[in-house]
Amino acid sequence: MFPNRFEYRRPGSLAEAVQILAENPDAKLLAGGHSLLPAMKLRLAAPSTLVDLSQIEGLRGIAANGALTIGALATYNQVHDSAAVRQAAPMLADTCGIVGDPQVRVRGTLGGSLAHADPAADLTAVVLALGGEVTVVGSGGERTIAADDLFVDLLTTSLAPEEIITEIRIPDLAGAKMAYEKHEHPASGYAVVGVAAVLAMGDGGTIRSARLAVTGATAKATRLSSAEAVLAGKTVRTETIAAAAAAAADGLEINGDLYASADYRRHLVGVLTRRALERATG
Amino acid sequence: MSAILDPTRKLVGQPIKRREDPRLIAGAGAYLDDIKLTGMVHAALVRSTSAHGRIKSIDAGTARGMPGVLAVFTGEDFADLNPLPGAWTAGGVQNNVNTPRVLAIGEVHQVGDPVAVVIAENAYQAADAVEAVAVEYEDLGVVVDAKKATEDGAPQLHENAPNNVVLKWSCGKEAAEVDTALAAAEVRVQQHLVNQRLIPTSIEPRGSIGRYDPGTGDYTLWTTSQAPHVMRLLITAFVMGIPENKLRVISPDVGGGFGCKIFCYYDMALMLALSKKLDGRPVKFFEDRSENYLTTTHGRDHITDVEIGATKDGRITALKVDTHANLGAYFSTIAAGIPTTLYGRMVAGCYKIPNIRVDVTAVYTNTAMVDAYRGAGRPEAAFVIERVCDLVAGATGVDPAEVRRRNFIQPEDFPYDTGIGMLPYDSGNYEPALDRALEIVGYAGLRAEQAARRERDDRKLLGIGLSSYVEVCGVAPSKWIGLPGEGWGAGLWESANVKVHLTGKVVVTTGTLPHGQGHETSFAQLVADELGVPYEDIEIKHSDTLGTPFGFGTYGSRSAAVGGTAIYKSVAKVREKAKKLAAHMLEAAEADIVWEHGRAYVKGSPDAAKTIQDIALQAAVAYDLPGEMEPYLDETTYYDPPNCTFPFGTHVCVVEVDRETGEIALQRYVAVDDVGNVINPMIVDGQVHGGIAQGLAQALYEGAVYNDQGELVTGTMNDYAIPKASMVPTYELERTVTPSPTNPMGVKGAGEAGTIASTPAVANAVIDALAHLGVNHLDMPITPEKVWRAIGGGAS
Ligand SMILES: Cc1cc2nc3c(=O)[nH]c(=O)nc-3n(C[C@H](O)[C@H](O)[C@H](O)COP(=O)(O)OP(=O)(O)OC[C@H]3O[C@@H](n4cnc5c(N)ncnc54)[C@H](O)[C@@H]3O)c2cc1C
Repeated sequence: MFPNRFEYRRPGSLAEAVQILAENPDAKLLAGGHSLLPAMKLRLAAPSTLVDLSQIEGLRGIAANGALTIGALATYNQVHDSAAVRQAAPMLADTCGIVGDPQVRVRGTLGGSLAHADPAADLTAVVLALGGEVTVVGSGGERTIAADDLFVDLLTTSLAPEEIITEIRIPDLAGAKMAYEKHEHPASGYAVVGVAAVLAMGDGGTIRSARLAVTGATAKATRLSSAEAVLAGKTVRTETIAAAAAAAADGLEINGDLYASADYRRHLVGVLTRRALERATG
Repeated sequence: MSAILDPTRKLVGQPIKRREDPRLIAGAGAYLDDIKLTGMVHAALVRSTSAHGRIKSIDAGTARGMPGVLAVFTGEDFADLNPLPGAWTAGGVQNNVNTPRVLAIGEVHQVGDPVAVVIAENAYQAADAVEAVAVEYEDLGVVVDAKKATEDGAPQLHENAPNNVVLKWSCGKEAAEVDTALAAAEVRVQQHLVNQRLIPTSIEPRGSIGRYDPGTGDYTLWTTSQAPHVMRLLITAFVMGIPENKLRVISPDVGGGFGCKIFCYYDMALMLALSKKLDGRPVKFFEDRSENYLTTTHGRDHITDVEIGATKDGRITALKVDTHANLGAYFSTIAAGIPTTLYGRMVAGCYKIPNIRVDVTAVYTNTAMVDAYRGAGRPEAAFVIERVCDLVAGATGVDPAEVRRRNFIQPEDFPYDTGIGMLPYDSGNYEPALDRALEIVGYAGLRAEQAARRERDDRKLLGIGLSSYVEVCGVAPSKWIGLPGEGWGAGLWESANVKVHLTGKVVVTTGTLPHGQGHETSFAQLVADELGVPYEDIEIKHSDTLGTPFGFGTYGSRSAAVGGTAIYKSVAKVREKAKKLAAHMLEAAEADIVWEHGRAYVKGSPDAAKTIQDIALQAAVAYDLPGEMEPYLDETTYYDPPNCTFPFGTHVCVVEVDRETGEIALQRYVAVDDVGNVINPMIVDGQVHGGIAQGLAQALYEGAVYNDQGELVTGTMNDYAIPKASMVPTYELERTVTPSPTNPMGVKGAGEAGTIASTPAVANAVIDALAHLGVNHLDMPITPEKVWRAIGGGAS
């Protein structure tokens, strides 16, 4: 439980942070620390330098203007308590209220969760289903990465080593129906399987488009494209939901572990898809 | 805090808030890792990555040159220290004892075995240097399963233990006799039961600080122990070969133990020996959670086959139990007593069963040592017999509550001898606890609801699980438990000294000690009542071998029944002496002295009373004492009880099981316990709460798993699921009170009852929910996936 030796830096600006990252290839950003520090204590991660983001201004704000903008350093609790988030994307606010335990929610950040890309994290699937995107700043300047392009593999994102997520944007989803359903691991609290569903509604109760994403079952948060295809253009009916649930796990490469086999996770993907759709539309 | 100065108010039975809590909650306690001594250095261990190997080489060259590193030692450097002692062998049978050394020499037998120790100026440097020590092993083959370990061709761990058998032990009738009874039974059931391995997970891990005084040759050990006096004895007499008086052992505040802190561990003697090698610099070792999970003892791990015979109306006529108990890589301090005396002799539970036979094979495997863990043998026994009751219910169609009722030992049968070598159960009245539990939970209504849901084919099935338990606490009579009997290497008495100082303040020193139980509060309540002094004037001192009389420690829910009685008797002695002195002071005959709430007066003249404080002053200044009376009110008792105590009760758990996912929701939990007389009901409730949580966690969440290489797969709290507050239901607690005749206070013990009762209650509830689907057993932890599969999920 004693990490390897490391340097600690606390830059006052993004530019300075980017520079430290560029100069120290083994450096790591420190946000809430609730993924990074446990890994360091177990000596599974041994960064040469920790770059603490906490003194950089402007990374915590939450603003709504049709679309929702959330600073990367906003904590789970801040997102959960934000009226703007609750209004624009209630599923996001709700999910931030069930991550880990109170200590985790006080310190853990939305940006940190997305950057860490834990295969069982909650917010990865939620932001993916919401069609979110992240703004990142690096030595090449600023760019935007859609959540669809952010998660590459187990604990791997498309961020360049010296890029920093500065904010998360959720598009205007007025009128959308959404819900996240999770089967929680009894030890870690992470998602054994979690399914987030967002339905953009058209006229007369038809589903204009659907975005569904799963976490926990696969190496990275993944869209449930078969279920989405079933739902698009249909009206909300029990049979439609059942058909989407039945198709949900199609094409997924599902992992198993000591707690839950791949078979069982596959089953949960279907059940939780149905439950998420029922709750979203209920 | 409200003052409890009024000595006429009876405190025993009052839910007084624990006096130790403000200190502990506010962070003002001193746990082992809070202790910092001048000149202290830090030890970290190089641990085996091989589960069974011959050490080919250890290269510490790089480590020795690293910043802050003072020394690196290996096992050979401590060849003069004996292996750790096995203190409790199973009575009457051969025990093939193999205990660990402070550091392994030659061979390792589990992942995590300490093979070298690094000493550095700080803990970070020590941890860095540990990584730089290179050790090579020759693989000797690994076995982790207790049954496979006994098969021919399995890797052999220790030379003196062929087929890895530590011991074979049995109790009850001859096998043939029980077989005959089984053959004659109207109903027969067989079941394979696995009581999975658990990791005790005290929130404070373990550790030691050793200090050697080169001037006097004395040693001091601070260690996270439930039994400092016993550690002193074992470390000096058995490991180091020095006189007992050369070592002082101090248990500071101890953050939970659940049994795993009873035992003699490698770090204790090692830190002392290291301090001597370092000319007296204090040396600290404190394990991290990963090390705790790897090498601090585990619990349970039984594989059992039961055969049951019963009548058609649910009376159990014969029970045959065959258990393989996995003891891990070595023989831990009291490991042999757990699956024998405390398990085998308790399998009758609260039932009259005419024919019982228990066979136990204890086995070495390449896993962490297994020893007492909260309940220690009794949870394993309760799990067997309470599953048996439900299996009989299933096979006969008799309601599970009725099966229990029909087989109960009756009130008039006490003291009751189960015929399998346990001491006679002291007292009991099992049916009222069962009735009350059923009444609180609304049993009939729940059965109707269960049937209705089944009828409607509801997604959420209802399950009701019962567990009527009896357990054994206050384990003692030295002549029963000791070497010639049950094999414990010493007696199991307890001691206490009570002094009333000149100022009237009372200091009690006890051999037993708390590691979370609240002794300082409960014992002070007891003394306040018995001596008639204000609660605030009483101090309970413990946990330091310097200044407390010898005690065997805190485990087996024995502190109140054995240690408390030692206090009670010392107080009585003080009172007797005080009465004598009061008679002298009041110029009256002792027979005419009335003692009331700490005041002594001549019958009929209460106004001219001498208070205990007056008397204590007189006793201390000693200007005017009668006859041969010695000064001071100061009395000690060494108390060896005539019997154990046998708490009991019935727990009922109600679960909802989601047929779709197998998810289990705990709906209700009702516990009606009988722990005899209660000193502090709030503390007892707390013990029951924690106990139930730990027990239900075995049923649903916890389970230590090794892979075939002997690596602990559940090596972190991310994988090993101890229950969080959000995972346990609200407990509905009540008590019946059947005082124990064993001790004058009538107390039994409450520290483990919750754990013992709850595992089968919860397991039975889940299985009950699925009974109509043909499920009659599920192995623990009963995870959603297991449920899902049991009812056909994933079948196609
Ligand atoms: C006990 C416990 C339980 C938990 N339970 C859950 C759970 O149920 N569900 C769940 O989803 N998570 C859970 N977590 C993880 C938690 O949500 C973490 O807080 C989160 O995964 C990481 O966020 P952080 O702010 O703590 O990031 P950190 O730990 O500080 O960083 C994580 C990684 O992201 C990088 N990083 C951080 N911020 C940025 C940024 N702005 N730009 C680029 N890279 C960045 C860091 O360099 C690091 O590599 C749990 C954690 C703990 C300790």
